[in-house]
Amino acid sequence: MNKILARTQLSDDVYMMRLNAPYIARERLPGQFVILQLDNEFGERIPLTIADADPVEGSITIIFQAVGKTTHNLADKQVGESVQSVLGPLGQPTHIEKFGTVVCVGGGIGVAPLHPIVKGMKAAGNRIIVIVGARTKGLVILEEQMRALADEFIICTDDGSLGRKALVTEPLKEVCGRIPKPDMVVAIGPPIMMKFCAEATRPFGVHTMVSLNTIMIDGTGMCGGCRVTVGGQTKFVCVDGPEFDGHQVDFDNMMQRLKAYRKHEDHAHEQCHLNAELSAKEKVNS
Amino acid sequence: MSHSSPETLAALARQELEGLVKRTTPLTPKERIAITAQEMPTQDPAIRRRNVQEVALGYTPEQARLESMRCLQCRNAPCVQGCPVRIDIPGFLKAAADGDFQGACSIIKKNSLLPAVCGRVCPQETQCQEHCTVGKSLKSVDKAVSIGRVERFVADLERESGSAVAPTIKPATGKKVAVIGTGPASITVAADVRRAGHQVVMFEAFHKPGGVLVYGIPEFRLPKAIVQKEIDALTGMGVELKTNFVIGRTRKLKALIEEDGFDAVFIGTGAGLPKFMNIEGENLVGVFSANEYLTRANLMKAYDFGRADTPISRSGRVAVLGGGNVAMDAARTAVRLGASEVHIIYRRTEVEMPARIEELAHAKEEGVIFHLLENAKRLIGDKDGCVTALECLRYELGEPDASGRRRPVEVKGSEFIHEIDAVIVAIGNDSNPLIPRTTEGLQTTKWGNIIVDETGKTSIDRVYAGGDIVLGAATVILAMGEGRRAAASINERLK
Repeated sequence: MNKILARTQLSDDVYMMRLNAPYIARERLPGQFVILQLDNEFGERIPLTIADADPVEGSITIIFQAVGKTTHNLADKQVGESVQSVLGPLGQPTHIEKFGTVVCVGGGIGVAPLHPIVKGMKAAGNRIIVIVGARTKGLVILEEQMRALADEFIICTDDGSLGRKALVTEPLKEVCGRIPKPDMVVAIGPPIMMKFCAEATRPFGVHTMVSLNTIMIDGTGMCGGCRVTVGGQTKFVCVDGPEFDGHQVDFDNMMQRLKAYRKHEDHAHEQCHLNAELSAKEKVNS
Repeated sequence: MSHSSPETLAALARQELEGLVKRTTPLTPKERIAITAQEMPTQDPAIRRRNVQEVALGYTPEQARLESMRCLQCRNAPCVQGCPVRIDIPGFLKAAADGDFQGACSIIKKNSLLPAVCGRVCPQETQCQEHCTVGKSLKSVDKAVSIGRVERFVADLERESGSAVAPTIKPATGKKVAVIGTGPASITVAADVRRAGHQVVMFEAFHKPGGVLVYGIPEFRLPKAIVQKEIDALTGMGVELKTNFVIGRTRKLKALIEEDGFDAVFIGTGAGLPKFMNIEGENLVGVFSANEYLTRANLMKAYDFGRADTPISRSGRVAVLGGGNVAMDAARTAVRLGASEVHIIYRRTEVEMPARIEELAHAKEEGVIFHLLENAKRLIGDKDGCVTALECLRYELGEPDASGRRRPVEVKGSEFIHEIDAVIVAIGNDSNPLIPRTTEGLQTTKWGNIIVDETGKTSIDRVYAGGDIVLGAATVILAMGEGRRAAASINERLK
């Protein structure tokens, strides 16, 4: 059981929570994730990235978007309540060293896992260019924290409500075109964004690391549900990843695999909303 | 095979036993061999195809006694030689034949800690029963004394009657042992080490203990409540259980010894890394490892539509690649989830199939379709990346290979198509690399199995290993045997 120590709503459907998890807080490194389960009997197991950790308090911070049944139910939990299972830290930590100039691109909720990597890269002595993108102003998260870490900070929104009106790939291309070109790009966000970031950097030959978030059950290499094709070979995101060379990842296959249970998820999600409406009505009636 | 109802089998057994117990002279071997081999009562195939309840229902007391009376009490006990943990089989069968079921169970428990599990999932036909004199004289291993079924009966009776005696635990030694994993090898080690008076902590990565017994083997073959009872027995003995704790990640193995004060560690993490065929299209949507498919169905309860959050593919035409017990489990699970057709694709013939005869027979009764001497060449998908067909090649048997089985050879140009919408790959498991990868100095074979000496000790002092992580994918009973050996070494080391 992991107690919820703090809960903040960051935007319409994005939440930040601090969970009691002393072992994970002590061991976790940038790039790693946890698997969370709300109900050990009938709940599903979902991977979530670790946005931050406090080994002294023994807590980890997760940031998640309420998109499905489990994340909605998690969002409804309050401080003092508990999550039944949190397993981690899982996956290979980010390879952090002094590369020179590192461009860190975060799209939407992808800024959450990017945050500890930026911190680590900064501490290793790299010059950091941060590019943060979101659909609209209200969906930008961790802006201040990222701005504070960056040597150069670029923000853009699809609708122009904050910063440049552009997709992240546009400033990314500009930065890659500079002389000297950056030494490394880390891009984390929706799969489609990571795909186009990798395409944007490919002509410049800048190594581009992406962090994949796939369907998982155990998270320890046992089920293979998370497998992706990287450089023509099958890799398991849970034990070989979650970070891979973006120029080698077959994003189309990955995006198709993410949709494998879409019908079931939509149904469960709808059911979850109906139940919420019903119980609200019951409350009114009683 | 025609299906006899449990009631019919029970009535026949009652009648036959009545005749036998009236006798005043002992039965001759000839008379024992003439006793009807007791069929296992099962759920009707047409009914069980639509539920996840256990298929085999277990003997009645009369059936258990009759089956035990078939034992000739051979002085050289060839059956014991075939048992990996050397259970006194004639001894327990004699007690069961006399109706002393509790006594029978006690005899088994001297060597095996998990009779209710092993009675269900052991491949008896290639172990104890393969060597049975009764089977030999009737010229069929199917006619051997059903040792496993009697074992299951006496273990179930003990559990259900609550008459199991808690094992005595020696006075506390102040020593502490970590057991990694909660499958059969680990359960055995935990029990044996705890009995010696050491403190034991078990670590499980999943949210529930039991390992392959709960995520892999389906409910219809091994009810999860039985596994839970075994775990409850351990915690009742004072074994501490930490779930959601993955050694190598949540805590490094060496930290257990160097910082957390454990005096010894046992690694029983199993063979949890699914093999794939490395053919085109294997990452299409609708292609699963058997581990994934079975874990969704078993541990995550995906069969409980409406209650379970974990989804599972509910496909029409399912192909299962492989011919082992796991392939049978996956195929029979697909049947229960409502597949219209389930096909097993295996590149050799039925004789070479590693699956148990009983599992094969059950799968056939439930309507699974077998395609022998065929193998997948590639998987074909639609524009959305979903699998729609399986291209196969025909095979024929050539010369025997290293395993002694005739090598399957592909027939060139024999490609043909099966139209399907899901594929389950059940061609085996490699050892899980998580602990070797995160533990410096732990030696493994090139296949990733942890290397141990004859005492079960690894290349690191105070660290022992056993079960599938050492053996490669094997059986519950072998894992248990390994666990006993390692536990004995640990207890010796901590003296």
